[in-house]
Amino acid sequence: MNGVHDMGGMDGFGKVVREEHEPVFHAEWEGRAFALASLTWRLAQANGDMFRHAIERIPPTRYLASSYFERWLAGAETLVIERGIATREELIAKQGAAIDPYPIADAVPARGPSPVKEKKASSPRFAKGDRVRARNINPAGHTRLPRYARGKVGVVVRDWGVFVFPDTNAHHAGTKPQHCYSVSFDARELWGKPASSRERLYIDLWEDYLEPIASKSKPRNTKGKKAHRTNRY
Amino acid sequence: MSDHHNTDDSGPAARVKALEALLTEKGLLDPAAIDAIVDTYETRVGPRNGARVVAKAWTDPAYRKRLLADATSAVAELGFAGPQGGHLVAIENTDRIHNLVVCTLCSCYPWPVLGLPPVWYKSFAYRSRAVSDPRGVLEDFGLELPSNVEIRVWDSSAEIRYLVIPQRPKGTSKMSEDELAAIVTRDSMVGVAKVEAPRA
Repeated sequence: MNGVHDMGGMDGFGKVVREEHEPVFHAEWEGRAFALASLTWRLAQANGDMFRHAIERIPPTRYLASSYFERWLAGAETLVIERGIATREELIAKQGAAIDPYPIADAVPARGPSPVKEKKASSPRFAKGDRVRARNINPAGHTRLPRYARGKVGVVVRDWGVFVFPDTNAHHAGTKPQHCYSVSFDARELWGKPASSRERLYIDLWEDYLEPIASKSKPRNTKGKKAHRTNRY
Repeated sequence: MSDHHNTDDSGPAARVKALEALLTEKGLLDPAAIDAIVDTYETRVGPRNGARVVAKAWTDPAYRKRLLADATSAVAELGFAGPQGGHLVAIENTDRIHNLVVCTLCSCYPWPVLGLPPVWYKSFAYRSRAVSDPRGVLEDFGLELPSNVEIRVWDSSAEIRYLVIPQRPKGTSKMSEDELAAIVTRDSMVGVAKVEAPRA
């Protein structure tokens, strides 16, 4: 989804401010929210993609007004409700009238892709040195293809192996295992001529995000590896 | 605006309590499990782990080679593994190449070697500008690189987690691995700082 979470290249957030001697958690509730969210993943039998998507669905004004651990908390609350562990009413009753339930994402998940038939990953479509274009896709659901890379041309620098596909995995639509590549982009390709020729971006992109520039790439005879599961913690 | 920290009991703190109470009442949650996770990330997992990896890479050429070839295994040799560390990749800074790590879409970070990310890494300023204005971001940290140095920005958009191997500073040839580990900073392993030799 083209949400406010997809921040690469946005202006207006100001300078990066570093805190000296920063604690891991700034308040007790932050540590507990982090741990609760981690445990909720397991309870909800969710995966990292579902959790990230729950956070992305926090309404944009609220997302921007929330700290990191508030967003994690909202993600946990959303998973609890959407996975049927508790109802929204139960949670709000427990919170009491003083608490604004607004950050809990809409209980109807954003429309994702249709379920795919599970099959083994095929051999890699791309290899090191191949020029590729990141597809111009704008899915309503979860994706890990940042907006700033869409439609841009890069070069495959590494094949990381086979990983489950976030765009389907976040929506219970199958794991769709496929190769994920490190793709290198010249900063000028992404940001135009004023950008430095001494800067490159490396973005990890799944095969379904990429299309060949020339038709030189042919499927190669590499054994399909077992898909890595996304981290469930 | 964004990364303010609520410490009172009215906002997120109360929501955390509500969620915790609800799950505990349903018999789904052991509060001790929460304490254990908090303790792990407050005391056991943090950038000292990554500093050990870097110091070993600086002093043991065979380890450096293994680390660059397969960071997940090389890091596990030192006993570090866990969530957000299943696919670690080490990237090395040189005189000509400087690496910088970001996650524009959320805040992915190599937990087993660096712990949980600092607020600046999760900030909207860093997530938005690290990819479009990396030199400007480095200047925010007081780091100015020569114009002939190539900057490589790694956007952690998948399950790969990156650890930057900073350059070993000059004048440290006599330091032991332990002494070196003590001068390696978290920021240098994300790529927003260089490691400084201790002042003589």
